[in-house]
Amino acid sequence: MAELSLRRVSKQFGQVEVIRDLSLDIPSGEFAVFLGPSGCGKSTLLRMIAGLETLGAGEIHLGGNRIDTMPPGDRGVAMVFQHYALYPHMTVRQNMAFGLHNIGTPPAEVARKIADAAAMLEIDALLERKPGQLSGGQRQRVAIGRAIVKQPQAFLFDEPLSNLDAALRSRTRIELARLHQRVQSTMVFVTHDQVEAMTMATRIVVMNQGRIEQVGTPMEIYQRPASRFVAGFIGAPAMNFLPVADVTAQGGMAVVTLGDGTTVATTVPIAALAGGTGLTLGVRAEHVHPGSGAEARVDVIERLGERTLVYANLRDGSSIVYDEPGDVRLAVGETVHLAIDGTAIHLFDAHAQAVRG
Amino acid sequence: MAEAAPRPGAAPSGIGQPALVHALFVAPYMLLLVGLVVAPLGLGIWLAFQDYDMLGGWGGGVGLDNFRNLLDDRIFRGTVRNTLKFVVMTTPAFVALGLFLALTLNNALRRSAILRAIFFGSSVLSVTIVTLVWRLVYLPDRGLLADILALVHLPSVDLVTSPTWALPAIAIVTVWWIIGLPMTLFLAGLQQIPPELYEAAALDNAGRWRTLTAITLPSIRRTIAVVAVIEVILQFQLFGQALLITGGGPDNTTRPMVQFIYEAGFRDLQLGFAAAASQVLFALMLIAALAQMWAGRRRGMGT
Repeated sequence: MAELSLRRVSKQFGQVEVIRDLSLDIPSGEFAVFLGPSGCGKSTLLRMIAGLETLGAGEIHLGGNRIDTMPPGDRGVAMVFQHYALYPHMTVRQNMAFGLHNIGTPPAEVARKIADAAAMLEIDALLERKPGQLSGGQRQRVAIGRAIVKQPQAFLFDEPLSNLDAALRSRTRIELARLHQRVQSTMVFVTHDQVEAMTMATRIVVMNQGRIEQVGTPMEIYQRPASRFVAGFIGAPAMNFLPVADVTAQGGMAVVTLGDGTTVATTVPIAALAGGTGLTLGVRAEHVHPGSGAEARVDVIERLGERTLVYANLRDGSSIVYDEPGDVRLAVGETVHLAIDGTAIHLFDAHAQAVRG
Repeated sequence: MAEAAPRPGAAPSGIGQPALVHALFVAPYMLLLVGLVVAPLGLGIWLAFQDYDMLGGWGGGVGLDNFRNLLDDRIFRGTVRNTLKFVVMTTPAFVALGLFLALTLNNALRRSAILRAIFFGSSVLSVTIVTLVWRLVYLPDRGLLADILALVHLPSVDLVTSPTWALPAIAIVTVWWIIGLPMTLFLAGLQQIPPELYEAAALDNAGRWRTLTAITLPSIRRTIAVVAVIEVILQFQLFGQALLITGGGPDNTTRPMVQFIYEAGFRDLQLGFAAAASQVLFALMLIAALAQMWAGRRRGMGT
């Protein structure tokens, strides 16, 4: 258990700056997820913590010790790789014992730690097999087991679920969340999958182009995205973004007029807008309600079973998606009337930053 | 389902069904294999049991006489001994040195690329060039070796005429000449190892030596076995270097089996006798290669 702290970290590959002056504190025992599109620097950041990449500048501290100057093995971290990186010529037991042998752990203790971890991960029956004889899910467990036996101060996961099929992925998600509750270690998990981030994280770090866009709990990130990037990256379907044509005030709150003339009364104080232009209104599908309001033509209907997504075009051509529980009696080309819930909308300024009330 | 529709798995027009036309695809290779390998091999085995002299002609079957004569031939027994010694000297050297070069040069540095090219470069030379160069190196008093020894105030030696050192001298030439192949095979093997394994090992506190012995070497175990088998097969066929550097001397201490076969067949024109010697060489190579593969597999199961 240890606090992980990144201080003004940066990294360049040649001319390309992949991490820019990044600072972040992950409190002890948290499950932090680095979330972002590919190329945002999240994996590089994780590898810098692990010691597999050098730092361009800055410091990394773990549990009060500066670790960025140490070799990977001395940092007190264990990593689970995307492709597991199990030693193919060693049995599962030897894979798990390798790191312990290297630091001179007594054989009896090695055996006990492996037995504990194997029991926890239900891989006792596989200990004498080699990785080639295991399924993807089993390899995944062994890779996690190899990390657990080291009892690290921090676990690092580099997109470890991306090679699993959908069913196994959701099962492993739950198991990782359970594991975190059990070992109470600091965990850092890198992924581009928002579902993984939302379901496992105690804190999500949304990254974009080498910078942190927002840090917060999953619900904070979902409900109060700090920028248009975060708003669009989190949530499925992606948030609707509609350009704002005009803003007026009513009782101190902003009333925005959209491109098709629809007005939406918001709960954003007019003062917060500072007379800005180039505003964008963001609203999630679940906050657009059919019945009355702006006229739209149905474009595409996606039936997901428990709910249905309807993609429609407003009169000015901008597209909007809303969802309804269950099925809908609609056909492509029909006209619907849509009301936007003004209390649940987000306004983004010309720099794509959220306007906070 | 009343109609007998074609089964979905059944291929439309003869795919997966045997047809004589398909043999045409393998015919060119089969013709070459039969004409250049199978037939000569069979002819050679048959010849080994015949009294066949290029001048005297065919004297009929003689059973095992040729082999009995070989066994009694002091010079032939010497060539077997020399050849085995040579294989024992060179094969471990090829494996160890090839692996060392590959480990050292397996990186993206520019100088490594140049060195890889240099170490491989000598492999493209013909045996005549290589032996010419090395005879100059070994030249007593005036050769490169003599010059180097003189620099460190050691007396000049004549390796090539020494019964003890002539065969090792040929082994050195051979290793220098074709170290490129084992090096390249090892480089290919090393590049198959996923970099993630080394990262995992670094996080597992494995030092350089531990990483080499516990990760790298087990990962290229198959390549090591392949290189050893290839080199055994190649080095049993030592001929050109020995013929051109020492001619088999001094006192037959460097005469290899292939030279004996060559001399028996094409100088003395005793084809049956030479064919019998060839079969002995063939058997030795087969046994050595099989033993190595067997050992490699056993070791593979042990770990």
